[in-house]
This record gives sequence, C-alpha cells and structure tokens, in this order.
Amino acid sequence: MCGIVGLYLKNKALESQLGALFEPMLIAMTDRGPDSAGFAIYGDEVADDSIKLTLRHADENYDWAALAEKAQTELNTGVEWFKNSKVAVFKIQTSAAIAEAFVAEAAPDVLILSAGQSIEILKEVGLPENIAETFSLKGMKGSHIIGHTRMATESAVTMEGSHPFSTGMDLCLVHNGSLSNHNRLREELKREGIVFETENDSEVAAGYLTWRLQQGDSLNEALTNSLKDLDGFFTFTVGTRDGFAVMRDPIACKPAVMAETDDYVAMASEYQALTTLPGIENARIWEPEPATIYVWERNSQEGAK
Amino acid sequence: MKTINLTEQTVRDLNQALHAQAVECTEREWEVLEPKGQHNIACGLDQNLSVDIKGPTGYYCAGMNKKAHVTIHGNAGQGVAENMMSGTVRVKGDASQAAGATAHGGLLVIEGNAAARCGISMKGVDIVVKGNVGHMSCFMGQAGALVVCGDAGDALGDSIYETHIYVKGEVKSLGADCIEKEVREEHIEELTELLNRAGVDEDPAAFKRYGSARQLYNFKVDNTSAY
Repeated sequence: MCGIVGLYLKNKALESQLGALFEPMLIAMTDRGPDSAGFAIYGDEVADDSIKLTLRHADENYDWAALAEKAQTELNTGVEWFKNSKVAVFKIQTSAAIAEAFVAEAAPDVLILSAGQSIEILKEVGLPENIAETFSLKGMKGSHIIGHTRMATESAVTMEGSHPFSTGMDLCLVHNGSLSNHNRLREELKREGIVFETENDSEVAAGYLTWRLQQGDSLNEALTNSLKDLDGFFTFTVGTRDGFAVMRDPIACKPAVMAETDDYVAMASEYQALTTLPGIENARIWEPEPATIYVWERNSQEGAK
Repeated sequence: MKTINLTEQTVRDLNQALHAQAVECTEREWEVLEPKGQHNIACGLDQNLSVDIKGPTGYYCAGMNKKAHVTIHGNAGQGVAENMMSGTVRVKGDASQAAGATAHGGLLVIEGNAAARCGISMKGVDIVVKGNVGHMSCFMGQAGALVVCGDAGDALGDSIYETHIYVKGEVKSLGADCIEKEVREEHIEELTELLNRAGVDEDPAAFKRYGSARQLYNFKVDNTSAY
C-alpha cells in the first residue's frame, strides 16, 4: 500500500513549526506502511558555492568527527557537520562532485542519502512513530517536507529500499504504487549516467525526473514527460529546492487528497493524515485529477496547476 | 438523539451500538462527532436509523447499508455506500473513488463531485451526483440509475449492462458499448422522480441519456469460429 504525505509552507512564519506540523501526518499513515518510514526536509540552505550531504553509517557510534577532519584537510576547505542518530549532515564548501568523490574514497561504507543546497533525507526501517522520535522530527525547521511510510511490495525491507529516494541535487520523490517498466527504464537511464543504489521501482521514477531536469526541463515539464514514459500506477509527491509537486497516473487508482490554505499546501494518501493541520476545517480540499500536474514553486507567484 | 464522539469512542464502539438497534430499535436518531476521516464508519446498518456524521469520513463509510439514512456532513473517502442494499446515503461534500460500488438498492446522493469509478458494477442502486463524476463511472453497471448534474470523465459507462445514465453536462468520452440514447417520456418520468427524491433542483429536459448498445455482452453466432 504505502502512505505518502507532504507539507509545503506558504507562510514563512510557520517554518519553525514544520516538523511539529508534519510529525502527526507521517504517523497517521502507519496503517498504510508499517515497514519503514522516511522524510526529506528542505531548509537551512548552504551557499551556492557549498554542498550539503546527508550521510549514514550503520554504526551509531561512527567517528564522524574524524571524517570531517579528513575532509577539511584533504579538500582544504571548511566543513560544518552535525549528527542525528545514524545520520550526519555535512556542509562542505566545494562542489557536489568533489564532495561525493571524497566520501566514496575516504569512507566507502558510508551511504550518501542526499546531496544539495537544501535537502536532508532521514529514513529508517521500523514504525513511523519510532523513526520520527529517533530523528526528533518534532523540533525540525524548514520550508517544505515530504514523507513516506512503506509497506514493502516491490523490494525487500531494508534501509536501502526505504523511501524517500533522491537521485539528483535537492530532488526527492515519494511514490505510492508500482511501476511496470522500471527495469527497462533503469537500463536506459544508466546509459544517460544516472546512478541507482537499489532495484526499487520508485528510485527509477526519481532517477527519471533527475535526468529530465538535467536536460533542462522545468519541474512541470519533467512531470509532463514522465506521464508518457512511466508505465504503471503512481501517486507521486516531489520536492525540489524551491518546489513541491503532486501528480497521479491517468488511471489514478492510488489515492491522494490535497488541502490548501493561505498558510500551506498539504497532500496525503488519506484525509486522516490532514486532520491535525491548523485551519483544516476551512481549507480547500480536493482529490487531484488523474494525469494532472499540481506544482507550487517558491520563486513563482503562480498558485498551481 | 444519541451522540457519539469518535475522539472519545472507537469506530467499533459506534458500529456495535448501531448494530444493537437491529434487534429492538429504541434510539432512531444518531449523531457522530469528529469522524476525522476514519474508515468503516456506520457500516452494515440494517435498521431504519438516521445517522448524521459531522465531518469528513474515510474509506467505506455506510457500506452495506440496509434501511438506514446516513448523512455525511463533509467529504467521503473511497467506497462510500459500497454494496448498499436499501436506505439513503447523502454526502454533503465530495466523494472519492468507487462511490456506491456494487450497491444493490437504495439512494446515494453526492452533493459535491464524485471521483473515478462512481457506481462501478452498480446492481440496482440509484445514484444522484450534483457535481461531476470521474473517469470510468458506471463501469460494468448492471441495474439502477446514475444521474450526473455536472460533467462526466473518460470512458463513461464502459462495458455497461442495463444501468440508466443521465448526464446534464459534458461527457469526455464514452466507454466500450456505451451509447447516447433517445430520451422518451418514461425516462423524463424516471429522472424527475430521481431528482425529486434526491432533492435536487434541475430540469429533467436538460439531461442526455446513455446506456448499453447491447453489442458486448451477447454471444454472437458470427464469432463462433473464434472460440
């Protein structure tokens, strides 16, 4: 089944409460996905000449300080970092390519969960409630956040198979459904230089969007193209550095409901996940139409669709 | 009137209390507060009860209904009034997918829009939608009537048997074996009665009728060689 949720703040005054508003949304979707959960949060941006990596090591006592020091010396640049459970966020004044190459070389057993100016991805195997607590989701700040609770169907219950997936700078996709042409598409995308970590169908969808954005598509264009090239069932929620989008396939058998007020746009697989949001009683609530793209972007005054 | 607040009691408590009325009906009027999109509210009722649900409901609300009159003062999730036998279910807001699926009788009124597959495999229920319906509505509809005061999405009435479909607005496309049909006096009468029962003020003469061309489900002797 899987549950997906997203919250995009239009009112900056709410940014300090993003985690607190989002936590009950994620936990409400436990019935749809008790196997693993995760979220991608956007905010706390680094400057354009820097990169933010979310790194994970299986050992909670991993020596991140040593890795940070090594990065500082070898890359001859400033490194800021903090740890959250098994994950550490590194902010390095260098390019993504250099930073990622350094991690691969210096710490091959460290997994890069995300890279970008704004994004941090946190995910684990287990109940959403425990995962929210592990990462202290409630206290987190930011501009938008998307999350996933997984009921594993297409691949194993592992940390690597947990959602969400990020395969490009600041891009994150959560998926409810199943793709039927992901194997062929994965091979095609590999030839285009997209790197995949798992056999998961949702990662292919994330990789596809990364590739389209690299080709110069806007988020809206990338999603329009995906309607042609992705086959199967999907409700997607997508986060980018500035944007938030929701789209369902033309059959639209995977559920989705959206709510919008002056303060926020929220999406969830089921209405249950929206009930704790402030002002939900008077929000505009609707079910997204099949094969229709709903996009909100920070740098655009345009509302949606 | 009996009031149950679903933040204080569970859906199971509510349904148990409603089912208890089946033996001896001592409390006809019920009010359900703070449903908050929970699933399976007021399912399997088989007594002439009146149930007012004050807010949005989740999946399968008022499923398998018999005799009861259920009103949802908000939106309804997937499969509202699924497999209803008789009685009335009224949704004041929008309904999600598969509203009235496989329902055998009674009346389902949706005052807002209904999403995809409204009335899928309906078997005798009457459904009146004040707004629009999504794609593949009335898919494999077997009996009863679907009235749409707004527009219908793609593949309306796909593989339809004998359900009567009336649409006032635009139909994006018709499904396999579904055709527009002549509106005769008996259809105006049927539609007038349905609109009256639903309490919807629309002119029956403004609707078009759709139904089965009866080409799909008959065995054709011309095709014998294909088997």
